[in-house]
Amino acid sequence: MTHTLSLLVPVAAPLAAAGLYAAAGWRRSTAWMGVVTTALLLADAAGLARTVLREGPIQTAGGLLRADALSAWMLLAIAAVALLVCWASPAYLAAARTEARRARWYGILMHLFIAAMATAVLAGNLGVLWVAIEATTIFTAFLVGHHRTRTALEAAWKYVVICSAAIAIAFLGLVLLYYAARHAGLDSDRALDWISLTGHAHQLDPAVTRIAAGLAVVGFGAKAGLVPLHAWLPDAHSQAPAPVSALMSGVLLSVAFYAVLRVKAIADPTVGPAYLRTVLLILALATLALAAVLLIGQQDYKRMLAYSSMEHMGLIALAAAVGSRVAIAALLLHIAGHGVAKTVAFLSAGQILHHYATTQITGVRALATRLPVLAGLFGLALLALFGFPPAATFASELGIVRASFASGLGWAVAAAIVLVVVAFAALAAHGARMLLGPAADSATVGAGDRSGAVALSGAIPLIVGLAVVTALGISLGPLDGLLHAAAAIVGAP
Amino acid sequence: MTDISYPQFLDLAAGVLLLTAIGVLWRHQLAPMIRLLGLQGVALAAIVAILGIHEHKLELILVAIGLGVLRAGVLPWLTWRALGDSPAETRETRPVVNVSASLLAAAALTFLAYVVTRPLVALAPSPATSVLPVAVAVVLIGFFALVTRRRAVAQVVGFLLLDNGITATAFLAAAGVPLIVELGVSFDLLLVVLVLQVLTTRMRAVFGSSDLDELRGLHD
Repeated sequence: MTHTLSLLVPVAAPLAAAGLYAAAGWRRSTAWMGVVTTALLLADAAGLARTVLREGPIQTAGGLLRADALSAWMLLAIAAVALLVCWASPAYLAAARTEARRARWYGILMHLFIAAMATAVLAGNLGVLWVAIEATTIFTAFLVGHHRTRTALEAAWKYVVICSAAIAIAFLGLVLLYYAARHAGLDSDRALDWISLTGHAHQLDPAVTRIAAGLAVVGFGAKAGLVPLHAWLPDAHSQAPAPVSALMSGVLLSVAFYAVLRVKAIADPTVGPAYLRTVLLILALATLALAAVLLIGQQDYKRMLAYSSMEHMGLIALAAAVGSRVAIAALLLHIAGHGVAKTVAFLSAGQILHHYATTQITGVRALATRLPVLAGLFGLALLALFGFPPAATFASELGIVRASFASGLGWAVAAAIVLVVVAFAALAAHGARMLLGPAADSATVGAGDRSGAVALSGAIPLIVGLAVVTALGISLGPLDGLLHAAAAIVGAP
Repeated sequence: MTDISYPQFLDLAAGVLLLTAIGVLWRHQLAPMIRLLGLQGVALAAIVAILGIHEHKLELILVAIGLGVLRAGVLPWLTWRALGDSPAETRETRPVVNVSASLLAAAALTFLAYVVTRPLVALAPSPATSVLPVAVAVVLIGFFALVTRRRAVAQVVGFLLLDNGITATAFLAAAGVPLIVELGVSFDLLLVVLVLQVLTTRMRAVFGSSDLDELRGLHD
């Protein structure tokens, strides 16, 4: 009974918040309700993590909802990022002078989006996982188009068309997997359950599973920002309101990649690990190369952060290609570290946008002298994204590199390191120009709010986020057991 | 229905499925494209109904009715509404790849579908799985239409072709995915098309036309 409840809360709490915003609208009194429900989600995720570590996987609703250590880890990441984003949202909407009607829709869609992500990681059935990931596209479509400018509409259109088509390809993969499972003797209700698919992986037809897994990885990979269907990502992330970009970049990409991990765990015993390793290596290196090249000449700081997300998803795909437990543990830590650091980066970029009224890198100068607090937060977030110690990204990137060498993929990781260094140099150069460059003459600064003060309520979530990234890098504490249990579920021994 | 006619009915419905997909590539005007999409919805529902009658499953026949309403009725109607009422909107498209090249590509994609689906047919040869290549060909043609058409509405039609092909694959290969997944998928599809319809309306308000050539504000 308590298990059922703890599996239902992550879906029900955000839905309740969405219902509240639908009924009461976004006002001073309701604005903080989203924080309360998201805090509840975080507490529930922590409880779930304790339960699955002590008692093993739990499930409800005939296996439709299921939690193991991997789901619990992902749910914690979603809840942590969502809490920071909901905490920063009231200040963002106030600074953007959002009309009441749009703020209401923002509240509704934001919490539906969180509910869909929680459903995705708790789905015991691959079909339900697919439906939840497709639902995230639907709920975020109007959030991307929130500003209703020409470019925002264009970004929303590309986002929906590319992601829906990519996800449809992933669905074709799941259909073929279902076909293989039915012929392996699984009955129709169980044939898409992840647990029965991994249990019968050796009986699946290898030729059909090969096609199915390839389609699913490319389809879900597109939603995770991997090439060749990545074109939506920089547009959507640069046009969406900053808190939405933070949630999309910080966890939505990782939730889509979580689907890739689940598919990989089914396909590897059937067709051998070499097949998906090759597919993922190609996707990873191509994504890293593209992100590095496009970061060099980047002129827009929100697009810069978007390409940085592609770079990090490339690293995550590389770790998945390696596939050992050590590599998967590093991958999961990277999902958490990058998720929180990128959230802080996007939220501070949103505040920079409010002060300077431009997303052009050349339009933002002397941030360090004009807005020292904001500049410090943005700079520290960039440092965390570079993987400077003691940030969690340092430990995870080191882990990925070491695991790759241990698995004989040294050449791939050597190529990846070169690309990461290029991306790092580009990001560092752009970041330094924004923070330290000479003050621009007032004509180019635009009509932004230049009062200079950063509201404390806007800065606190960012400080908390940076503290979390640092704490995760220094010691995982009680999360250490969860991380290794999660890595053991999909990692090869 | 006797067992001799069952493969023939199935082949006929699958033939209509493929021909309507190719027809979409062939037509210039948006309105006939949407009519072809509706016809394809009927063929898809017919495939499911034929399978249901053959296997004496009432459940499949009910699913076929639901699919028919959605794919031949609601979705084409929503796409039609996205056309708007100005006659300029319904004029011919200027695709990235011209019509004759598109038709050649469709032939090549159909051939490709037959090659890649050989393991699928080999797993369980039957009248139903033997038409799987046709369904996969529709998926490929739909994807091709999606990436080579510029009009917003033509892209929606391409996306729906892709989805019809996937649904046909699901029913031909395994008599459909579990009902709860099928319901979720249909609901998601409906919402996607609704979202796209709202976006085309807003784009027309902002751009004056929903020609995706106008969508050039974002690039690197």
